Amino acid sequence: MAAAAPSNFEQPACFAFDAQSEAELAMLIGRYPAGKQASVVIPGLYVVQHQMKRQTDSAWVPVKGMDALAERLGMAPIRVYEVATFYYMFNMAPIGKYHLQVCTTTPCWLRGSDEIVAACRAETGIAGWKETSADGMFTMTEVECVGACVNAPILQVDDDFYEDLNGERTTALLAALRRGEKPPKGSTIGRQNSAPEGGSQTLLFAPEA
Amino acid sequence: MLQDKDRIFTNLFGVHDPLLKGARARGDWDGTAAILARGRDGIIDEMKKSGLRGRGGAGFPTGLKWSFMPKESKLPAYLVVNADESEPGTCKDRDILRHDPHKLIEGCLIAGFAMGACAAYIYVRGEFYNEGCMLQAAVDEAYEAGLIGKNACGSGYDFDVVVHRGAGAYICGEETALIESLEGKKGMPRMKPPFPAGVGLYGCPSTVNNVESIAVAPTILRRGADWFLGIGRPNNAGPKLFCISGHVNKPGNVEEELGIPLRELIERHAGGVRGGWDNLLAIIPGGASVRLIPKTICDDILMDFDSLRNVRSGLGTAAVIVMDKSTDLIRAIARLSKFYMHESCGQCTPCREGTGWMWRTMNRMAEGRATIQEIDTLEQVTRQVEGHTICALGDAAAWPIQGLIAHFRPMMEERINAYKARISSPSRMAAE
Repeated sequence: MAAAAPSNFEQPACFAFDAQSEAELAMLIGRYPAGKQASVVIPGLYVVQHQMKRQTDSAWVPVKGMDALAERLGMAPIRVYEVATFYYMFNMAPIGKYHLQVCTTTPCWLRGSDEIVAACRAETGIAGWKETSADGMFTMTEVECVGACVNAPILQVDDDFYEDLNGERTTALLAALRRGEKPPKGSTIGRQNSAPEGGSQTLLFAPEA
Repeated sequence: MLQDKDRIFTNLFGVHDPLLKGARARGDWDGTAAILARGRDGIIDEMKKSGLRGRGGAGFPTGLKWSFMPKESKLPAYLVVNADESEPGTCKDRDILRHDPHKLIEGCLIAGFAMGACAAYIYVRGEFYNEGCMLQAAVDEAYEAGLIGKNACGSGYDFDVVVHRGAGAYICGEETALIESLEGKKGMPRMKPPFPAGVGLYGCPSTVNNVESIAVAPTILRRGADWFLGIGRPNNAGPKLFCISGHVNKPGNVEEELGIPLRELIERHAGGVRGGWDNLLAIIPGGASVRLIPKTICDDILMDFDSLRNVRSGLGTAAVIVMDKSTDLIRAIARLSKFYMHESCGQCTPCREGTGWMWRTMNRMAEGRATIQEIDTLEQVTRQVEGHTICALGDAAAWPIQGLIAHFRPMMEERINAYKARISSPSRMAAE
C-alpha cells in the first residue's frame, strides 16, 4: 500500500474560487442537465487543485477547497470528501513543484520501470512513495498502468507522459526540470508516438494533401 | 495481412492533422446526414449485419446492444462512451482520442441517433489529460461546424457531446461504476439488473460502449456491413487495433484483421520477440485480465475472440503483453495481483479481502516462501472470488493467477523447493 501521506502540514484557513476557477466552473456546470450539477464534482476538484497550483505552486486539494466546491454544487461536504479520497489523482496533502508518477505495473516493469524508480530516487533523494524532496521540487508517487504500454516505461510528470525511458534519460529529464526547463513530452527516443521504432510497416500511403 | 486500404484508423500514429481539416481529408463526416436518413432501424440492422463485436473486452455484439434501448420513452436517453482505458497493456483508445477524435465524435452522433439518445458523454480517464484536450478541441470545432449540436449535420436531429474527465480509478471502466462516477459519486459498480439500457445515467436509458466500437461505426456504415464481414474470420469480423508491449524488439500499436496468427502479428509488426521466437516464455494476449498462454499455444493461436476463448484465455482488449525467458513470471503475475488489490473498489468482500490475500500469497510464491499445498489453496481462493462479486474485477483478479497455475505450476513448485533447500542448507544452519 502507499506510504502514509505527510501529516505535518497546515490546511489553509480559507479558500475562495478566483476568477479563472469561477469561469471554469460555470462552463462545466453548463455541460450537464439542469439539477445534475453533482456530475461536476470530479472536474470541480481539478479546478480546486489547479487553483492551488497557481496560487501556491503545489497542486493539492485542501478541505476548505472541498467545502467551497460542495457549497457551489449544492452538495453535502461529505459527498465531495468521499469522492476526493476515492480517486487517486487528487492530492490530499501538499506536493512538490513537479509530481513524478512512475508506472510500475507489469508492462512497464517488463521494460525496466525498476530502473526509472532507481533513477528518480537517486536524482531527487526521495526514499519512499508519496514523499517530497528536501528542496520541495519533486513528489514521487507509484502509479498503476497509465495506458501507454507500447511506449513503456513511462514517467508521468504532472499531466505529461515521458515515454520509452531508461535510467539515464530519466536522470537527464529530472535535471532539466530542476533547471526550470520543460522537455517536450512523449517518446524520449524520437518515436512517432505509438508506431514501432524505426517506422511502421503499415499506413505507408502518400501523405494527404 | 490487412491492406492499408482496409484500415479504418489511417491516422493511428498521428502523422497527419488530427483535427477537422485532416479528418475530412481522411473521409470523416462524409455524408453523415445520409447515414442518419437511413433511420434508427436501418443503422442498427446494418451494424448487426456487420458482426461488430464490442472492442472493450467482452466482445458483445454492438448492434444488438444498441437495439436494447427502448424505442419509446418519456425519459431522455444517453450514449456513454467508455474512454477510461486502464487495462494494463492497453493503449489503443489513447491513439483514437489524440489522433482521430472525429471518428469517435461522428460515431457518437450516429450511434446516439440510432439509440434515440440526446447526448453522448465521453468519460476519458484522468491521466489522459492531453488526449482529453485534443478531443475537446475536436468537439468544439464540430459544434462550430454544425456537425453536432442543434440540427446536427443538417439532419434535423439535436445531439450534444460532452467530454468528462475521470480521476484515476480502473474500476470506472466497469460500465455501471462509470455511470456512478459520471453522476459525481465514487466509482462503485451497481447491481444488474436493472441494466443501463433500462436505468442508466441519471436513471435514464443509457448504453455504454468502448471508444473503438463507436469510432469504427461510421466507416462500417459508409463502406457497408459486407466489407466489414469480409475481413477477419466468421463470428470475429473486422479489423482491430492491437497493442504489442513487453519483450518485443519494436513495441507498438497496429490495426490488423481479427484472426491474424499471434506469431505473425508479433514478427511482422513488432520486430519479433526479443532474442527470437524460441526465447518466448508466455504471452498475455488480451490485457492483464485474461489468462496467459505459454509458448506452445502461442506458436499457432489465432488472435480472435473465439480462438482465444477455446484455449481458456481471451481477446480482451487485444493488448498483447509478451514475456521472454528472462522474465520472472511469478513476479510478473504478482505485480498484476497488486494492481487489482489497488484498484478494488472495496464494495464486495470477496474482492476487497481476496485481492489483498492473493497479492500477499503471490508475493510469497515469487519468493518461494510457501508450501506446495498453498498453490492449491491459492487456486481455490481464486475460485471463491471469481463469480462472487457485483462486477468482473474479482474475476479479472482471479484469472491471471489461474492461468499461471494452469500452465506454470512446475515453475512455482521448483521455486518453493529451491527456497526450502536454501533455508535448510548446512551452511545456512551453521551461520545461524
